[in-house]
Amino acid sequence: MGRYADNPAAIKALYRGNEVHRDVYTDQEVYRLEMKHLFANAWVFVGHESQTPNKGDYFSTQIGDQPVIQVRHSDGEVHVLHNRCPHKGTKIVIDRAGNTGKFFRCPYHAWSFKTDGCLLAIPLKKGYANTGLENTDSGKGMRAVGDVRNYRGFIFCRLAEEGISFEDYFGGSLSSIDNMVDRSPAGRLEVAGPPLRYMHHCNWKMLVENQTDTCHPMVAHESSAGTAVKLWEELDMPEGTPLPAAMEIIAPFMSPYEFFENMGIRTWPNGHGHTGVHHSIHSNYSAIPGYMDKMVEAYGEEKAKEILGENRHNTVYFPNIMIKGPIQQLRVFIPLAADKTIVESYIYRLVDGPEELTARTAMYNRMINAPTSIVGHDDLEMYERAQEGLQSDGLEWVNIQRLYEEGEDFTREAVENGTTERQMRNQFDAWVKFMTWDMDDVQEAAE
Amino acid sequence: MTVSKDQLIDFIYEEVRMLDEGRYDEWLALWLKDGHYWMPLDYKQTDPLNVTSLMYEDLFMLKLRVERLNGARTFSQKPKSRCHHVIQRPFVDEMDAAAGTFVTTTFMHYVETRLDEQTLLALTARHELALVDGQLRIANKRVDILNSDAAFRNIQLLP
Repeated sequence: MGRYADNPAAIKALYRGNEVHRDVYTDQEVYRLEMKHLFANAWVFVGHESQTPNKGDYFSTQIGDQPVIQVRHSDGEVHVLHNRCPHKGTKIVIDRAGNTGKFFRCPYHAWSFKTDGCLLAIPLKKGYANTGLENTDSGKGMRAVGDVRNYRGFIFCRLAEEGISFEDYFGGSLSSIDNMVDRSPAGRLEVAGPPLRYMHHCNWKMLVENQTDTCHPMVAHESSAGTAVKLWEELDMPEGTPLPAAMEIIAPFMSPYEFFENMGIRTWPNGHGHTGVHHSIHSNYSAIPGYMDKMVEAYGEEKAKEILGENRHNTVYFPNIMIKGPIQQLRVFIPLAADKTIVESYIYRLVDGPEELTARTAMYNRMINAPTSIVGHDDLEMYERAQEGLQSDGLEWVNIQRLYEEGEDFTREAVENGTTERQMRNQFDAWVKFMTWDMDDVQEAAE
Repeated sequence: MTVSKDQLIDFIYEEVRMLDEGRYDEWLALWLKDGHYWMPLDYKQTDPLNVTSLMYEDLFMLKLRVERLNGARTFSQKPKSRCHHVIQRPFVDEMDAAAGTFVTTTFMHYVETRLDEQTLLALTARHELALVDGQLRIANKRVDILNSDAAFRNIQLLP
């Protein structure tokens, strides 16, 4: 046993308001406990329902280190099952997506299961007669996760059998998903193609924190966004020349500090929050002809203007995703080890919306979030330098105290200056809460 | 003026040598101004616009990419990456001498390195070339990575 297992006091001591201990980023035991407690007790994103539109359609993914299957059952509902045969542990599904028909069949010994996980058949079943198989977990079939919720097409689950409800966990933060989906005149999104997959040799929380870090773009991305602005100026285009789409996307990264201060950050309980309360880097994209008309037709003028008036930048649904409502993008963080994380970046098309918006989103995705992206290159460089730098014994604590206030209350929604690191602190507040939610306290029990 | 098959093949060899030696100004000068460098994300992808690609860049974006490599504050290029192409003899798939347009397909291995890491990619490059004012130019280039659906680390230079 290590230092942190069954020791809530040690976990709590890793976060002290304005600072967080490096072990949360570097310690493999802490990583294992995050998967066992935080990722199990929290509600985590699995996939989008349009990835499994028909009965029997499945999609295999990982929630942290947990292999799971999202599958459309015969009753039309989306289920989430552990991707493990209850017999010997073989992964039932190896490919990323497909259709399994009415049942799953393990490729090793042909145990078969309904698409809700229930055991269907075992070859030569008489071999188990009078052995009590029905009293074991193996005899029950493929295990389902603790709870599943389809929220406007986005599939979330809680791995733990018992715990916080979906509504209590997300609360007001669901308004960002609402806004993203409402941008479709039909009120529906569909996944557009496969995700970018980007391997980072850093801790997953560095990526999540960076989603609301508004003091890095003009520094870390000067080489890409700053150079883009310079090249555009050198072209010396006539006054009023519309910016090409690529410039509309990249130039706002060079906005001054005041822009980011004034855009605001909102935090919600349980670690959720977003940048871009009043405006954002997505505010000044050019309008697509005909889109507003379709929105007015679908929602009425007032509501349509309200929907498109929101320009939230990044919304973090702690712990494992970030969404960009105005461009229908979602990034999922898949921690593989304390120092290894895959980021998958998905885009969605607006059902009944103009294809030009899908094209803009695809452009954003490849320009900013691809392993070939000149913006992503510098982000990854920063994370990995931090991961290596944290090995230094010169200092054991990481500072997160920009605009910190003594006794901050994360149980209430708050809107603050857009450069605050309050959202990072909010995440660590939730981190402690769900890490210790179901942790036995061996020390206390011994006393 | 006509172009021989050998000249087309030599052009492809010379292009990858420019990339390996970092002669980007010469490389950019090979391009026609409305060309695109496309690197699909999906196997046999047909649509560059409405689903994600790894790259789909016009000349402005390619210039930006090249310019950035030399920037004083390009942190991911401190130290700089190096790359190396090993190519098979290109196939000349289409030769329309009258129109002055040509298509080649080239299989190659691409190695990119920086610090202690080295990445090896297997590629198929499809070039659309055009003869303009007596010079062969790149009209479009498509680079398919064999394992394009894998989780990559940084790919910073031009495969």
